[in-house]
Amino acid sequence: MRAGYLLFALSLLSASTVEAATIFVSNERDNTVTVIDSESLEVIKTIETGERPRGIIVSDDGAEVYVCAGDDDRLDVIDPKTLEIVRSMDSGPDPELLDVDPEGKRIYVANEDDSMVTVMERLSGELIKEIPVGIEPEGMAVSPDSKLVVATSESTSMAHFIDAESLELFANVLVDTRPRHAEFEKDGARVWVTSEIGGTVSVLDAKTQEIVKTLSFAIPGVQPELIQPVGLRFSKEGDRAFVALGPSNHVAVIDTQSHETLDYILVGQRPWHMEIHPDGSKLYVANGMTNDMTVIDIASLKAERSVPVGRLPWGVAIIP
Amino acid sequence: MVTAKRGRGLLARTAGHCLTVALVAGLLGGGPTAAVAKEPAFTLRVAYLSRDYEEPLPLSLLEPIIEDKGLQGARLAHEENALTGRLLGQGYELVERIVEEDGDLAAAAVELLEAGERFLVADLEAADLLTLADLPEAKEAVILNVRAFDDALRNEDCRGNLYHVAPSFAMRADGLAQYLLWKRWTRWFLVTGRDPEDRLYAAALKRAASRYGSKIVEERDYAFDAGARRVESGHQQMQTQMPSLTQGAPDHDVLVVADAAEKFGEFLPYRTADPRPVVGTHGLVSAAWHRSFEQFGSMSLHSAFEKLAGRHITERDYLAWLGVKVFAEAAIRNNSAELDRIRDYLTSDDFVAPGFKGVGLTFRRWNQQLRQPMLIAWRGALVSVSPQDGFLHERTAVDTLGYDEPESGCDLNRQ
Repeated sequence: MRAGYLLFALSLLSASTVEAATIFVSNERDNTVTVIDSESLEVIKTIETGERPRGIIVSDDGAEVYVCAGDDDRLDVIDPKTLEIVRSMDSGPDPELLDVDPEGKRIYVANEDDSMVTVMERLSGELIKEIPVGIEPEGMAVSPDSKLVVATSESTSMAHFIDAESLELFANVLVDTRPRHAEFEKDGARVWVTSEIGGTVSVLDAKTQEIVKTLSFAIPGVQPELIQPVGLRFSKEGDRAFVALGPSNHVAVIDTQSHETLDYILVGQRPWHMEIHPDGSKLYVANGMTNDMTVIDIASLKAERSVPVGRLPWGVAIIP
Repeated sequence: MVTAKRGRGLLARTAGHCLTVALVAGLLGGGPTAAVAKEPAFTLRVAYLSRDYEEPLPLSLLEPIIEDKGLQGARLAHEENALTGRLLGQGYELVERIVEEDGDLAAAAVELLEAGERFLVADLEAADLLTLADLPEAKEAVILNVRAFDDALRNEDCRGNLYHVAPSFAMRADGLAQYLLWKRWTRWFLVTGRDPEDRLYAAALKRAASRYGSKIVEERDYAFDAGARRVESGHQQMQTQMPSLTQGAPDHDVLVVADAAEKFGEFLPYRTADPRPVVGTHGLVSAAWHRSFEQFGSMSLHSAFEKLAGRHITERDYLAWLGVKVFAEAAIRNNSAELDRIRDYLTSDDFVAPGFKGVGLTFRRWNQQLRQPMLIAWRGALVSVSPQDGFLHERTAVDTLGYDEPESGCDLNRQ
């Protein structure tokens, strides 16, 4: 509690202004999405979704927000203007994470309970293909040129590379145990994969599909098995990577050139997934255990505010 | 004695005489098309060895009578390994061998070992397990115990070729005791059955009570003979027998029951003389796995298992699944199925097995016991996971469960 007041006091002193944007946080336990104004950090609305909302993402054109409702086997689509669910699409069983290709044509969904990647037409929701991958697929990322797709499978500990044109799986790369999230660097040259139980982040070359670097973490006073990398985001400039470290209650800050860890930022309990403000100034972190969202100032690498959201917040998406 | 013959039909009879080898290919329909067709980088053969023991029937009619506990878990893990193998160009085989109830375990084991099996998942009771581990032919083998909870196997009876995927009675009892302490239910009334397993668990519970400052205010034995699980008129007798068994005890917070043999524990809840919760082998239990547990991605384990076996996953299925996965994890990370590589790796700092428990699972060097959180649950739902917050350990909180290094009667892999 005292830390909360301290953070609030700090925020009054140091909070830099951000451009207006709308933040969406999926609340796994509540079956809702909390909508927050980025300037006031006030909750604007709580939207009821399908059962067990987790993966949440905004299309690159900012037109739609997609939420995976895992227990209802569907995607709910939110109109960011009206903040209403405008349609729901059949996603295949148990969707957990998803990505929309930057071209805006397709949605790729990891079906956790079905060992499949579902590829669907973005607007119609029509099924294009189901691609079998390893067991318990979770992480899902499309390259900036929309040509390459990477899925991670948690039980099989692999990154699966899929050619977006042929929709064929062409490479399987063993990474550390329980890979949760995949993310392409801004230029698409490399893809980063977090391994929750392995406690590492693998950096893979997108062309050769080889692991070029494996990053590990050590936080003073924290037992190593609690350091569990899950969500990952790159800063707007691409010079920093932020990795949510789960039950260690920290976010790691990594220099993407040197691969050095620059800092560990204390956040709420069990940070899952995160998103960067479109102007690059803030990082928003969903804290699964403490039912809040931490706002981190990227310039100072300080946690500024904690915003209460729903129960078991999981993912964050943001629209300018 | 209420028991079920653990017949496995045709499979059991066949397996009694010859080896059943499930090969890698074609086990999973509709697998990824970009499979690697070249020669496998290595082939890992795991042998699942069990005996057709007589097992007590569950007293509750809600519990199905299951005759292939363990085996189906090993098969699921094998299916998963086979998929990994197809994606990465590795070979996996599972050999199943189930000895008849009065069969010669040593002979069956020697046959396996002489056929070249080095990686054994042993779904065996303690005496059989030691018979296996002490065979001269087993010296160059790795045996994973997925069934026997006996603490002696982790202490004075430990063996260099024996690793324990199953938690010990002490780990179960400590997990439960931590939760009871968190609840401040520290006055225990212990009722124990007459079977050897009941005695072993009761001993572990007593150790846990003294470790965590709880007090056993009264100990009683259950001396009646057990009856059939289904009777025309039975509840009336239990309605009077259970209060008389539990009346007149000093003040207590919980009734702790040790009835692994499934003779009376199920009759205790709502019948105790004092209105107290029942914990132990019935009521609130401490287990490596529970059908109500859905966290850390484990729904995918439940649903894959149910698809394969047509029933829910039991603790022993989970442990056998985990045993086969432990071998595969070691082989995958070493890109090799060589005995020395895998044996050294299991107790190295690099080994970590995923088990849907939210933390990686590793082996204790001193007694080759797999560290694991314990699930605290009643039949309908998960209640908690131990270790509880606040139970600290210099190495890892999970080492607050079971025999820690300084108190261990076993000293393997000294560095």
